[in-house]
Amino acid sequence: MEHLQININDFDDELSPFDGIDHTLTWKDEPLLKVRRLNKKYGSGCMLCESEHGMSEKVNRCPNCATVWAMRNVSFDLYPGEILGIVGESGSGKSTLVKSLYFDEVVDQGEAYLQAYEKQDTNIFELSNQQKRFVRNHLMGMVYQNPLLGLRMNVSSSGNIAEKLLAADHRHVGFMRARASELLNQVEIPISRMDEAPKRFSGGMQQRVQISKALANRPPLLLLDEVTTGLDLSVQAKVLDLIRRLQRQLGVAMLVVSHDLGVIRMLADRTMVMRNGRVIEQGMTDQILEDPQHAYTQLLVHSLL
Amino acid sequence: MIQIDGLSKWFDLHIANQMHVKPLRTISFDVEPGKFMGLAGPSGIGKSTILKCIYRTYLPSEGSIWYDSAVWGKIDLATANERQILHLRRNEISYISQFLRVIPRVTAVDIVAERLTARGVTRADAIEQVKLMLQRLALPEKIWDAFPATFSGGEQQRLNIARALISQPRLLLLDEPTASLDYRTKTVVLDLLHEAKKNGTTMIGVFHDLEWLKQIADDTVTLDPSVHAAPLQQV
Amino acid sequence: MFEQNYNFAFLDEASKREIRRATLKAIAIPGYQVPFASRELPIGRGWGTGGLQLTLSLVGKEDVLKVIDQGSDDSVNAVSIRRLVEDTTGIRTTESTEEASIIQTRHRTPDHPLRNDQIMVYQVPKPEPLRDVEPSETATARMHGEMDYSPMWLALYENIVKYGNMARGADYPVMINKRYLMAPSPIPRWDNPKFHYAGFLSLFGAGREKKIYAIPPFTHVESLHFDDYPFEIENFDGASCIDCGSANGFLQVIPAKGGTWIHRCSDTAFCLARRNASLKNAEVQA
Repeated sequence: MEHLQININDFDDELSPFDGIDHTLTWKDEPLLKVRRLNKKYGSGCMLCESEHGMSEKVNRCPNCATVWAMRNVSFDLYPGEILGIVGESGSGKSTLVKSLYFDEVVDQGEAYLQAYEKQDTNIFELSNQQKRFVRNHLMGMVYQNPLLGLRMNVSSSGNIAEKLLAADHRHVGFMRARASELLNQVEIPISRMDEAPKRFSGGMQQRVQISKALANRPPLLLLDEVTTGLDLSVQAKVLDLIRRLQRQLGVAMLVVSHDLGVIRMLADRTMVMRNGRVIEQGMTDQILEDPQHAYTQLLVHSLL
Repeated sequence: MIQIDGLSKWFDLHIANQMHVKPLRTISFDVEPGKFMGLAGPSGIGKSTILKCIYRTYLPSEGSIWYDSAVWGKIDLATANERQILHLRRNEISYISQFLRVIPRVTAVDIVAERLTARGVTRADAIEQVKLMLQRLALPEKIWDAFPATFSGGEQQRLNIARALISQPRLLLLDEPTASLDYRTKTVVLDLLHEAKKNGTTMIGVFHDLEWLKQIADDTVTLDPSVHAAPLQQV
Repeated sequence: MFEQNYNFAFLDEASKREIRRATLKAIAIPGYQVPFASRELPIGRGWGTGGLQLTLSLVGKEDVLKVIDQGSDDSVNAVSIRRLVEDTTGIRTTESTEEASIIQTRHRTPDHPLRNDQIMVYQVPKPEPLRDVEPSETATARMHGEMDYSPMWLALYENIVKYGNMARGADYPVMINKRYLMAPSPIPRWDNPKFHYAGFLSLFGAGREKKIYAIPPFTHVESLHFDDYPFEIENFDGASCIDCGSANGFLQVIPAKGGTWIHRCSDTAFCLARRNASLKNAEVQA
């Protein structure tokens, strides 16, 4: 279609490379994301489980009132440009954690501060809906395990990316198409297929479109929720390579949720082990894998094939 | 440069039957800046454990490791936080292990160049430096763009050495770096290590081969089984 | 014929008051859809009951009403509505745009320029501009509340990708006062620019959907468009009306014999006025 000829050179200024990693050797230690004492419960809660040490670490269901605690006092810091892995078995609360950070789930208590947001000192869970939408569109990207959640299957791939750009008040079709082709190129989707709907793509391609959509507004933070689960091995490898390459190129900080220690080993600088809604161990990835301290982590590491 | 004071390491294994493994008992030694400290002793005595404790792959159980960092001055590696350790790993401390553990599906050149690009060197410059280094280590040029998973043991080892030396670290930890190399390459590695020493790199190394150790080490700590190792304990 | 006594303007006073209250609220919040209790009327839902309720609640004894249907004063629906108002109020109706004080309309805004003291009443089938992109009422209410209109924009983007233009005919969405997205009822794009800082009041009534909304006089009204894909009104390639020769009005395109097309003014009153004027001119000259 002639009217849609893309000329990327027209938008050189706006499409210049991402800010990238801060290469300075000086020491900076300002976390990008500070999460403090996040709680999420299903149920009313009672005197027993609301109290600090009322519940055993071994369960997430209160023996007294049957309230299930999906997250219990989860605290951590995420630094700019780093990859933090979150491992744990199903039901350990790792997906709940990223989904609440993306405002898909409502937390019961807890605070999170985003350094990239203009209101650094405001708990992001207390923002208005409009402000939350701003944070979601500009400062975060989310990649779900299921592409159905992250993509509009009937809208073209470039349209999926345009949706994010439109939400960020871009109103120039030429610019949006140039940006979409740049992003799709980055995730190795042929430009000739940019106007095809993702429902016609394979699972791995859908996941890659989802990643490019999440990166549309160049957020400093990317949340990845079991991105490679359900893909076959060679596709999994391709997606993982892509994530790693993008991280090196763009310097975006990532929160990688996976039950697969292999994925975590390959991607994460630091790792957090979750169980029953709690963070039971945090450390550098190689230290977690070679010298796990907590009994559960040892079990997990030794289950590795 | 580095002062190790009463360092011990034990593992509490909670799975299977509770086990208490203590591979290393109270060891202390100092290393002066720009010197090479060799570690000697029979296998299983905990030489690698010391190196891993310094690199913090192992969390030291007892004692302290005082390191003279460029950023903060004296810092105890045994208690420093993860962020500090990651910063030191990226900028000051390199580690050569017996095995190459790298990210799959990245070419040999990129694996080594990554160390430089992570510190702000442009890709083109980095690759040029890497090629010089690989040439010196006599890694065949035709495999530079291949994936290291397909390499022979010796090739992987050379890549490992290139990766550690390219960034000119302040502290270099060597865990049997020449184990699977032929005589000629061993000499090259030794040259490179001498060169690094001349540039001011402090080194702590484990060599299987005492002849080679003598050629480079300024000093040696010999670990004694009766003092530094403890038998397996069943709790 | 037997006599039957209806209240003035058919509806009871309490109903009229409730509709007026909703209307005032709609004027106070330009573009916002105010829910109201749509009354039963002696015409079917979907035949202009929203517009008729507005008209009935607005008319006074001095008002003059004009009703148009797709630009025509003579369609069955227009005539029936006019008769109903005549019968229940006794006010005068007209076919002239200039004479009328209230103009109830379906699918058109008159091509004759309107005065500031005239009120336009539009019959609206689908008041929700986002309905095509979002089926849930709760979701659209939230989107209006948060001014989250990106799905609408996405639909326009998709049309550009598929067809090369925004590919929307009538009922082209507009942004009112830079705040609310609004469906201007199925008027052609031709009529959209007439709202921008217009001196007259426009009221929109959807009887079936039970919503009233408004564009007060002198309000910023912008049809959605991209920076590089401007909003465009219909283009007739220089064609003019076969009857009056006008090229300034919205034209109906009618197939003619031999595979050709003829063009005729959609606004019959506008066309008639022009023809009368040219006849008069001819007489004066003669």
